Amino acid sequence: MEALRNKARELLQSRTVQVVIGYSRGSGGSSRAVFVQAPSQADALVFDDTCRQNLAVYLMKPEVRKLGKAALVATPSALRTILQLAAENQLSDHDLLVLVVDPGGDVVPLATFGAIEARVAALNTDLSADEKEELRKYKALGQEQRRGFWQEHFSRCLKCYACRAACPLCYCSRCTVECNQPQWIPVPAHDLGNLEWNVMRAMHLAGRCVNCGDCSRACPVGIPLYLLNQELISEVFANFEFRSGLAAKAENAMSTFKPNDPEDFIR
Amino acid sequence: MEIELRSIDREALAKLFAHWRDEGRRIVAPKQLGEKIDFAPVTGLDQVSLDQVQTVQSPKTAVFPRVEELFSYKSRDGQVEIRERDGTGVPRTVIFGLRPCDAAAFASLAAIFNWDSPDSLFSSRLANTVVVGLSCPRADEYCFCTSVGGGPGATAGSDILLTGTGNGTYLAEIVSEKGRQLVEGAGDLFGPALSKEKETFLARVDKAFDRDRIGPALAALFENTAFWAEQSLRCLGCGACAYVCPACACFDIQDEGDVSGKRLRCWDSCGFGLFTLHTSGHNPRPLQSQRWRQRLMHKFAYMPERQQVLGCVGCGRCSRACPVDMNILEHLRGVVEAKP
Repeated sequence: MEALRNKARELLQSRTVQVVIGYSRGSGGSSRAVFVQAPSQADALVFDDTCRQNLAVYLMKPEVRKLGKAALVATPSALRTILQLAAENQLSDHDLLVLVVDPGGDVVPLATFGAIEARVAALNTDLSADEKEELRKYKALGQEQRRGFWQEHFSRCLKCYACRAACPLCYCSRCTVECNQPQWIPVPAHDLGNLEWNVMRAMHLAGRCVNCGDCSRACPVGIPLYLLNQELISEVFANFEFRSGLAAKAENAMSTFKPNDPEDFIR
Repeated sequence: MEIELRSIDREALAKLFAHWRDEGRRIVAPKQLGEKIDFAPVTGLDQVSLDQVQTVQSPKTAVFPRVEELFSYKSRDGQVEIRERDGTGVPRTVIFGLRPCDAAAFASLAAIFNWDSPDSLFSSRLANTVVVGLSCPRADEYCFCTSVGGGPGATAGSDILLTGTGNGTYLAEIVSEKGRQLVEGAGDLFGPALSKEKETFLARVDKAFDRDRIGPALAALFENTAFWAEQSLRCLGCGACAYVCPACACFDIQDEGDVSGKRLRCWDSCGFGLFTLHTSGHNPRPLQSQRWRQRLMHKFAYMPERQQVLGCVGCGRCSRACPVDMNILEHLRGVVEAKP
């Protein structure tokens, strides 16, 4: 923790960055995002197992962008998010300094997309064994059971859009659900509106989601949104051998046509 | 009316549920739903979860549903036929096991819905609802009812307030005429009060700030943009806080259909960027900091000034539900302590 605080202090003192986006202690022993803008505030920084929020979400927030060049304390998910945002032309190289805290507490600064790519290459970016097992059980359900599963979960959806707000890849300035000429997705949180909203969001993240899990953690009523995302991650990999957030230059799996695409879904 | 003291034990309470069912009342109570505990229709006491500090959502859906039809219309041969919903047929409901903070929130909702002209749908739902509250034996760090005029055993808003006094017995305070009728209709299920003692069975919730200081402190801070920017920087602008809030009343109007269809009232939140967006493209609150300020101003400055009631009951739900730990109690303390 001391290495992180020292690094933040040094970066702010030398004006290398104007803000360090990291974690501080939150309510009830949790952690929360903090925006350290002066060397004297660096002592607020913490890093431990409670630091799970994908802070890359703040890179797309106008109020945070206005603060100037940022250093961002990144979890593995945040690293992949940054590469995915780069691949979608939302971030430029050298705009951002990434700080990774090693298990020993040492701070590794990553100044370029190339350095982040090298770091991500050493990660296991496949779904975990537990995730695969849960997904296998889910896929073993019949079509009607799966429909029932989601109808039950979506019946509790409040349309508070916490999933969208927490997602660093849901950065559209105007979401499809807010377009009303024509009205693509019904606004009311009734069965149809909730089904269309959640399916639309999942499809817009297909081939983009890095499985950080923040949508599920943000959902106040506990809808297992991660299952939708993981199902699409596994489908995209099965069909296109593509994983998101591995490279700063990448084609988008769902909007790139290749003559040798299998296309066996068209019958 | 003067509060009347009675008692009821768990066994009689279970019979009371059966009695309400026989009367054709809908019973809404905290229930375990997957990993969360939330208000849901129940048929028996055995389905009710009683030990949690709070549910995820508030019981406001009973009087202010997530989606509600206001009227439907049909157009035929140039004639438009409108069928208004006037509140007839709303279900007779008992909300059971809600905490005193939630019971107090109905006054905040009524102040909004019946401000200048009474809202018939809301009012008929409220009139058909009996509130049976349950005092808090425990609180957590997010609770601050005592700072906003309530308390873990406060009776305001309940028709009957139950307080667990150990050994499966409850002190029953009959607070309102509706509560009295409910007891009268229940035969001999309620017994005489064994003791008046209640305080020892209640959670301790320390006062965190002086509520009279909040309004003036907010007014003095209104133009302090740096203060609001700092408070709201991590806020992501979702509606979780507003939707779990027992006192948030904002709604949006949506029309569904074409030659025939309906007009719906749907929950909305001042935290959303589109909430104040004008047709012209102008947005008077384009920044999240302004929207966060509005949330606090409305609840703690505008409502007390215009409706003589706070828009917050200190249940702490918004803080618990917030994906980025926007702890409202901490922010309110910050408001009171700030130097404008």
